[in-house]
Amino acid sequence: MGEELKLLGVWGSPYSRRVEIALKLKGVKYEYSEEDIFHNKSASLLKYNPVHKKVPVLVHNGKPIVESQVILEYIDETWKDNPILPRDPYERAMARFWAKFVDEKCAPALWKSLMGAGPEREKAHEEAHELLNTLEGELKGKKFFGGESVGFVDIMANFVGYWVGVLEEAVGVDVLTEDKFPVLCKWAEEFRNCPVIKENLPPRDRMVAYFRDQRETITTFYKNKA
Amino acid sequence: MAGKVILLDFWPSMFGMRCRIALALKGIQYEYKEEDLRNKSDLLLQMNPIHKKIPVLVHDGKPVCESLIILHYIDETWPDKCPLLPSDPYQRAQARFWADYVDKKFYDLGRKVWTTKGEEQEMGKKELIGSIKLLEGELGDKPFFGGEKLGFVDIALVPFTTWFHAYEVCGSFSIEAQCPKLMAWTKRCLEIECVSKSLADPHKVCDFVLQLKKALGIE
Repeated sequence: MGEELKLLGVWGSPYSRRVEIALKLKGVKYEYSEEDIFHNKSASLLKYNPVHKKVPVLVHNGKPIVESQVILEYIDETWKDNPILPRDPYERAMARFWAKFVDEKCAPALWKSLMGAGPEREKAHEEAHELLNTLEGELKGKKFFGGESVGFVDIMANFVGYWVGVLEEAVGVDVLTEDKFPVLCKWAEEFRNCPVIKENLPPRDRMVAYFRDQRETITTFYKNKA
Repeated sequence: MAGKVILLDFWPSMFGMRCRIALALKGIQYEYKEEDLRNKSDLLLQMNPIHKKIPVLVHDGKPVCESLIILHYIDETWPDKCPLLPSDPYQRAQARFWADYVDKKFYDLGRKVWTTKGEEQEMGKKELIGSIKLLEGELGDKPFFGGEKLGFVDIALVPFTTWFHAYEVCGSFSIEAQCPKLMAWTKRCLEIECVSKSLADPHKVCDFVLQLKKALGIE
C-alpha cells in the first residue's frame, strides 16, 4: 500500500506495548524506534509529541497520533480487519468506560500500592483492592473483557495482566492474589498466553531487574509527572 | 432511533453541559433530571454505581457514563444529523487528543485557581493561561476547532468558559485580557442557539462557586 508506519516506544512501557499488540492483531507492518524516555528524548519524539513529550507515538505517513487509547481507536478505524472495539454503539460505550476505568483508576492505584511509600502506599493498597474487585465483577464469566477474544479493554488492561505481576516480584509485595481475585488472575493468565500478546511481552527477568534497579529513577520521574 | 432518553445532570457541571449541547445539536428529545449531589437519587446510584457521578445518559433504560464517552455514543447512535466527530480517522484522532487534553488540564487547573491561594493559586493561574494559549494555537485561524462548524473539541471545551468568570473573581485576574482569541471563539460558539441554551450563566456559576467555597470552608 506504500504506507509508512513508525512507532516510537519504550520496551518496558505498557502504553507502547498496547499499540504493538493492536498493530500485530491487525497484521500491520511497522517500524519500531526505541526511545530513551528518561534521559534523552529524541528530536523525533519532541517534534511529533510536543504537548506531552511521551511515548507511544504512532507516525502514519508522516502524521503523528499520540495517547495510547486514541492510537488504538485510530488503528481500529484505519485497518478494519480483526476489530478491537465492538460494533454496537452501546457496547462500544461500555468498552470505552471500562478502558478508562482500568487506565485512570486501577493502574495508578496499583502503581502507587506497589511503588509508593508510607501511608500513601497503604491508602493506595486499599483503593486498589476495591477497584480490582469491581474489575473482577465486570469479567462475569467471560474469558476476556472482549468476550471470546481479546478486545479493547483487554489491551488497555495489559498493565493489570502482566506488569502488576512483574512489579510484585520486583518489590516483594502482593496485590493481585489468586485467593482474593481468582477470576482476574485467570483472565491475566489467559491474556498472557494469547499468541499475539505472548510474543509481545517484554522479557520478565529483564523487567524485574529493571524495576528493581530503576525504582528510584522511575518513582521520581512519575512524582514529577503528576 | 426510538427509545426514551434521560440525562442525569447538575446545572453548573461543564461535563453535563457537553451532553446538553450534543443532544440539542442532534435534535434529540430527552428528559432532563437535575441531581442534588449532596443527596444523590436512587436512579443515579443505580445507573452509575461505580463513580456515582453525573452526567449519565440513560437510553432505553441503559446507562452511559463519562461525558466524552456519552458524546461518542450520541454521535454513533444518531449518526445522520450533525456529526460531532469528523469522518477521517486522522482528524478523529486529533479531535480525541485535544478533547482528552481539555479533560486532563482544565478541570484540575480551574479547581486549583478557585480552591487555593498564594503561590499554589499563582501557579494554577499561570498554567491555566498556558493551557488556553496552547489551545488558541491549535485553533489557529479556524472559526471553530472543528473547522467551519462546531465539532467535538468545541463541545468539550466551551462549557469550561462558563466557569472563567468564577476563576477570574477567585484569582483576581483576567482571562479575557490574556486570551482574546479564545474569547472571540467563545462568542462565536454562543451565537449558536444549541450551545447558548445549553450553557449555564457564568454569573450564576460564580455565585455557586463562592457559596461552595464558603460551605467547604475555603477562604
